[in-house]
Amino acid sequence: MTEALLFMLGLGGACGIVLSFASKIFYVYEDPRIALVEENLAAANCGGCGYAGCSAAAEAVVTGKAPPSVCVISSPEGISNVAAVMGMDPGTAEPHQAYNMCEGGTRATDKYHYMGVTSCKAMSVVFGGMRDCHIGCIGLGDCVKSCKFGAVTMGSHGHPVVDDNKCVGCGACQKACPKDIIEVKSMSEKLLKFNQKHDPLAPCAQTCPAEINIPMYINQIKRGDYLGAVQTIRMRNPLLLSCGRVCPHPCESECRRGIEDEPVSINQLKRFVADYEMFSGARIPIKCAPDTGKKVAVVGSGPSGLSCAYFLRRIGHEVSIFESMPKLGGMIRYGIPEYRLPDDVLDWEIEGILNLGIKSYNHVKFGVDFGLGSLMAAGYSAVFLGVGAWKDYELGIPGEDLEGCFTGIDMLSRRAGGEVLDLGKTAAVIGGGNTAVDCARTMLRLGLEKVYMVYRRTRKEMPANEVEIVASEEEGVEFVFLAAPTKVVGNDDGHVTHLEYLQMQLGEPDASGRRRPEPIEGSETLLEVDTIVTAIGQSPEASFKQDPHPRMAELELTRWNTIENDPETLQSTIPYVFTAGDAATGPSLVVDAIGGGRRAARSIDLFLKGEKVEPVVDSLQHRRIKESIFTTVKGITPRKRAKMPELTVDSRLDSFVEVDLVLPEDQALKEANRCLSCCRLCYNPDIKTA
Amino acid sequence: MTDFFVLAISCIFVNNILLAQFLGNCPFLGTSKKMETAVGMSMAVVFVLVMAGIITWMTDTYLLKPLNIEFLRTLSFILVIASLVQFVEMFLKKSIPGLYAGLGIFLPLITTNCAVMGACLINIKEEYTFLQAVVASFTYAIGFGLALVLFAGLRERINIARVPQPLQDTSLGLVTAGIIALSFYAFKGMV
Repeated sequence: MTEALLFMLGLGGACGIVLSFASKIFYVYEDPRIALVEENLAAANCGGCGYAGCSAAAEAVVTGKAPPSVCVISSPEGISNVAAVMGMDPGTAEPHQAYNMCEGGTRATDKYHYMGVTSCKAMSVVFGGMRDCHIGCIGLGDCVKSCKFGAVTMGSHGHPVVDDNKCVGCGACQKACPKDIIEVKSMSEKLLKFNQKHDPLAPCAQTCPAEINIPMYINQIKRGDYLGAVQTIRMRNPLLLSCGRVCPHPCESECRRGIEDEPVSINQLKRFVADYEMFSGARIPIKCAPDTGKKVAVVGSGPSGLSCAYFLRRIGHEVSIFESMPKLGGMIRYGIPEYRLPDDVLDWEIEGILNLGIKSYNHVKFGVDFGLGSLMAAGYSAVFLGVGAWKDYELGIPGEDLEGCFTGIDMLSRRAGGEVLDLGKTAAVIGGGNTAVDCARTMLRLGLEKVYMVYRRTRKEMPANEVEIVASEEEGVEFVFLAAPTKVVGNDDGHVTHLEYLQMQLGEPDASGRRRPEPIEGSETLLEVDTIVTAIGQSPEASFKQDPHPRMAELELTRWNTIENDPETLQSTIPYVFTAGDAATGPSLVVDAIGGGRRAARSIDLFLKGEKVEPVVDSLQHRRIKESIFTTVKGITPRKRAKMPELTVDSRLDSFVEVDLVLPEDQALKEANRCLSCCRLCYNPDIKTA
Repeated sequence: MTDFFVLAISCIFVNNILLAQFLGNCPFLGTSKKMETAVGMSMAVVFVLVMAGIITWMTDTYLLKPLNIEFLRTLSFILVIASLVQFVEMFLKKSIPGLYAGLGIFLPLITTNCAVMGACLINIKEEYTFLQAVVASFTYAIGFGLALVLFAGLRERINIARVPQPLQDTSLGLVTAGIIALSFYAFKGMV
């Protein structure tokens, strides 16, 4: 007994001595941070992070191969401790969550039946899987099996459903999915996701310039989850109240139901949920990522500026808006008349965006009150220029400077700013676009007796929205088509009395496919008016170029005065200056500006992180996925599209009260149920076809 | 020479440490889900088992036997093997970082593994000479690696097959292991 004890003690001692000497001799310097990081990991050695044990994960963090959020079961506190050890900003510690993009499931058609294979991975090896759609979910549940936390289950429709409360964002399901259908992303990554060629997108969602997930929000409306629909729209478009009122909805012209029936009234549904939130009396809280400590200046508070500021703020940057006008909103406040977008609605919407913690400075003009130099000195690392297109084109005809001559945006913005204009009794608006129609309808509301719209082509060629033209006809605007103004005639006081125009006839189609108007010799006609408003288009007002900052000379403009930019990244010729909206594209839709603002926010984020500002890979911008555009759609029974309720003509003309009204709930639900819930290829037909 | 060849065959196939002796079942089931892991584990076992075979043979021959305290064999082997692995780990980390990174966490995992321990005890029980002990340890480890890699290949396939719920994962793994073991019994009588 004694000798056994002595022997073991001796052996143990010998081993100990050898090891302690060895540890001295074979000492390898190890970053002390590895031990510190490891202390803050969950120490479960679960392997959920993909590294072999917690010490391997800690080493990966220290060597920069893994983010501080590597541990999937660690608490947010643990993650921020790790970030603190590494001296990294905790912004990178934003939690990740899985979500499934394909909702095809069992409704998608099969190419073939292959009995016996039970894994997506194996199935995808055989001709890319049994489903017709080569990107869609196979539905055999590799993601379900891969999830160690029981967060992914196979839903009743044959596609996986993620339980957000259980998901820890470890990424196992994403790795298991052979189709890249289930993705693990942080909120910031989701906010900055852009349509790509391989995404499961319905035609409407491909067409929307803001890239809103339209089928998803209509589905939420169907389920009665109106606030959920609002949140879905807010992932892509912060100005849903405004867009729901003024968007010319290019999405609806690609609606699959529209091929066999009238398209779904997508925009009215957007307005319905947006108004629902506003009238519910409470705002849905909007989450922002942890602060990154980076500052961005947004110049111009139009739709592009507001959108850019909103997305930058939500991904954690500090944003300040600089606006030259007294109030925020840009063209949607000063260019769109109140009867289309009431001021209180816009105020409510902008307040919601500013509530995220965005500072705004009004009455300061870029290039005059401040410039690139002062922004840099104030610690802004990037600048977004969303100055819009506010300079009206001039006709270039004699007499244009007479009293009583106005330009479109100038008149609309002065009126929106509260100025009382002396417009006389009759007026002529020159132009056929939305601004021209807005001017005409505004003047009718200001009490003018007669308003003419003078356009050099015919009604068919008018670029204004059809609904706007119809409304202006109802309200009594008189159209003078095929008329090219040649001279403004004035009296001795220098005030306008007549507009002289030449009558035209349509000739051969030009490059844009519209028939070119040609003048008829000697057909000069006089139109008796007190006021002439020219609304034939706008370009950006480039006075900011006078900024004496030497860097300003590097900012190039195009020949249309728009800011030279890369259309995919919206970066200007100065690396830290980005642009979008009318200032980048020339006059365009509100929804284009909103989409552009988000795209610029992505580029600014890349720039601030010190990464290369590169276009989205396989970006779908302005393009369609060919296989998803059908010419016929089976299984449709035509059902009437919901008609937009509006004020009667008599009651609208004496005020600026909003003309278009919101759909009642039952109508909205009925309209939502007309949606086929399309995806890339599959959809829910009205009638099941064999 | 022939003797060593016979010994090698016997250790790899006939007396395969995993399938005939049924030692080291935990790594057999635990590290056989992925081929990558199985290969890493096999390499580590080859490395450790040879070292352990040598050191335990020496401990037994020069310490335990002369002192007549063979009853402390198991206990002292545990201590010696564990210290050895720690030592080797430190040595590799300093001198051959490439190999250290390759063996990864498998090295400390098999510190007190019953396959290693078992093989060392068999070496003593069979009264092998030093050279025989080295060859036996090495070939036992090769047999371990062979069985593990075979098994991992099978399990990777089973993973994508339709398996009834009660049999999934470890249960079917054990059944499979049993069937492979049966097939290894065909080597019985060869030596």
